[in-house]
Amino acid sequence: MVKRIITMTVNNRPGVLNRITGLFTKRHYNIESITVGHTESEGISRMTFVVNVDDERIAEQITKQLNKQIDVLKVVDITDQAIIVRELALIKVAVTPATRGEIYTLIEPFRAAIVDVARDSLVVQVTGEPEKIDALIDLLKPYGLKEVARTGTTAFPRGSQRASSTNKSLFII
Amino acid sequence: MAANMKVKERVVKKQTLCGALMLIEALKAENVKVIFGYPGGAVLPIYDKLYESGVFHVLTRHEQGAIHAAEGYARISGKPGVVIATSGPGATNIVTGLTDAMMDSIPLVVFTGQVASSVIGSDAFQEADVLGITMPITKHSYQVRDVHELPKIIKEAFHIATTGRPGPVLIDIPKDMSVAEAEFDYEQEVLLPGYQPTTKPNHLQIRKLVEAVSQAKRPVILAGAGVLHANAHEQLKQYAEQQHIPVIHTLLGLGGFPADHPLFLGMAGMHGTYTANMALYECDLLINIGARFDDRVTGNLAHFAPKATVAHIDIDPAEIGKNVPTKIPIVGDAKEALIQLIEQNGKRPDVSEWLNKLNEWKREYPLMYKREPGVLKPQRLIEMIHEYTNGEAVVTTDVGQHQMWVAQYYKFKQPHRWVTSGGLGTMGFGLPAAIGAQLAQPEATVVSIVGDGGFQMTLQELSVIQELNLPIKIVIVNNQALGMVRQWQEIFYEKRYSHSLIPNQPDFVRLAEAYGIKAMRATTEEEAEYVLKEALATNAPVLLDFHVHPGENVYPMVAPGKGLHEMVGVKW
Repeated sequence: MVKRIITMTVNNRPGVLNRITGLFTKRHYNIESITVGHTESEGISRMTFVVNVDDERIAEQITKQLNKQIDVLKVVDITDQAIIVRELALIKVAVTPATRGEIYTLIEPFRAAIVDVARDSLVVQVTGEPEKIDALIDLLKPYGLKEVARTGTTAFPRGSQRASSTNKSLFII
Repeated sequence: MAANMKVKERVVKKQTLCGALMLIEALKAENVKVIFGYPGGAVLPIYDKLYESGVFHVLTRHEQGAIHAAEGYARISGKPGVVIATSGPGATNIVTGLTDAMMDSIPLVVFTGQVASSVIGSDAFQEADVLGITMPITKHSYQVRDVHELPKIIKEAFHIATTGRPGPVLIDIPKDMSVAEAEFDYEQEVLLPGYQPTTKPNHLQIRKLVEAVSQAKRPVILAGAGVLHANAHEQLKQYAEQQHIPVIHTLLGLGGFPADHPLFLGMAGMHGTYTANMALYECDLLINIGARFDDRVTGNLAHFAPKATVAHIDIDPAEIGKNVPTKIPIVGDAKEALIQLIEQNGKRPDVSEWLNKLNEWKREYPLMYKREPGVLKPQRLIEMIHEYTNGEAVVTTDVGQHQMWVAQYYKFKQPHRWVTSGGLGTMGFGLPAAIGAQLAQPEATVVSIVGDGGFQMTLQELSVIQELNLPIKIVIVNNQALGMVRQWQEIFYEKRYSHSLIPNQPDFVRLAEAYGIKAMRATTEEEAEYVLKEALATNAPVLLDFHVHPGENVYPMVAPGKGLHEMVGVKW
């Protein structure tokens, strides 16, 4: 299994998300995450998919099939480009007066923030590549995770495409 | 007078119209000659405006009949088939036809009624999520949310259905949208930035193919329905003759290349000819033109064209490389690609040895069946129909044994004479499709060849045939079984004929007579000859019930999971 990141711009019409996810179901492609939001242009949304595929041929099929959708304006498999990959997570972790300070210290290198404090819990907000979020969640696990919400990956090619790209994609895989 | 008409037309186009009238005006602007449909609550406003519109509407007796008739019409006329169905059950009844049209790339524009906008989502009477249900089985679909958009939507729908790789487009119209009014402007241009089909093939790839052809020792062309959709049959013949390349057809491609041409090898696939299948196995260059390497054509992919460089010309880039790795991909219209190839006039490959081999196979392993006295063999029946119609009839079928026998023994000489359900394999397709085909070509001899199983799935359309007095010849290949199911059970399930034998079929002759249609029965070759000649001389619908040999199987056959070279039933 290989992970591919596919971004596309679509007409923001009713049912467009249904069309895309329906296509994935019909063709038996596995979606790991989807993010959708407005773009700088009115009426046009951007979608980012992370998909698990068996091989390159399926990855190519996915982009070709997506391209056939009338409401899809542009599809790019950006996995092999130099890209910025980000995800946001909210992590509600159980705390006691004794562990609260420890957690503050723990999250600091992750440049995460505490966005909610209660008597027996904290909500940590963290942004970054999915692996970084995985790492933080792992570290917080021993304290007791009450709830985790992740947005899924959104991604984008960098302004300049230099040589570094191969390393980058390996890291994502 | 003519000038007057023009002015009047202009005025109409800028008028304020209700949604239902917009639909009718749009159909007129699209030059739609016939529509197929069935009324119901949600489309009452549309049917009210149809009443005195002058639009020729065929009332089928089931919505499935309407959509298959529209498919038959589209296949033969080359124009989009138009269907109207009501909401809920009306719309769900067209699901099979939409899928069929999607699989076989048939252009349709389908209008479904919907409950009023204000109650959508409330599980209202005859409400169904038609957009949701049909998304995976349409090329595109719309739900009208603002009547101002309706003209634009209809215009886009016709454009999308008929360009690129053709397919069905659905427009779901809530009842209030048929009543609401807005300005009708049908002169606007279609602007679809997300839909720009490539029709001009890449010159570099064409050159690559020319080069590959010149080097080839054993080239072969596999031509699919794409050749017919592109109207490229002339160019196919010209190119094959110019380069001396033999031609194989897929099921849906039949007629694209004349069956009596010396370079024709027959149909490929599960029930293809020995020569066609072996040619695919042995070739060193395979040029696919407008076929999608369906599993029924390729057999086991691991053994498919193992020695060949594959070139694939297709209007749909997603078909290239989908099933078979392709060295020379050519995205574009089959006609434009063939014109370029002919113009290149590349070095003709030396194929004399190859053609000798192919001709040897043709002589050694022709299609075959045993004739027995007193028994009507289905293969013989098809040969007789071929003979008595000079191979020039428009033929429609369902799916199954009879379909394969027609594909094998009705040697199509001309394009656009063959209407069958290929990809989806829909029982009940043939009879309603014949209605559309006959309306598309009123002068043509239309023969609808169906099985005794499939016929009963849509036989209510006999009513339409009688009502419109369409001179269709309905041929029931009656083996008192679901023949292909029975054949598979015989071969792969130890003759355990689970629910495939139907010895108590109704009396089809009396059934047809109940519908007011002349009918005859034949159980021997002699009777068959008599009733066929009589029916073909009758300028009215005739149903013929042929009791054929019930245990007959379709051969040759590539068993599922096998390669094309592993055919059985090739020789006695």
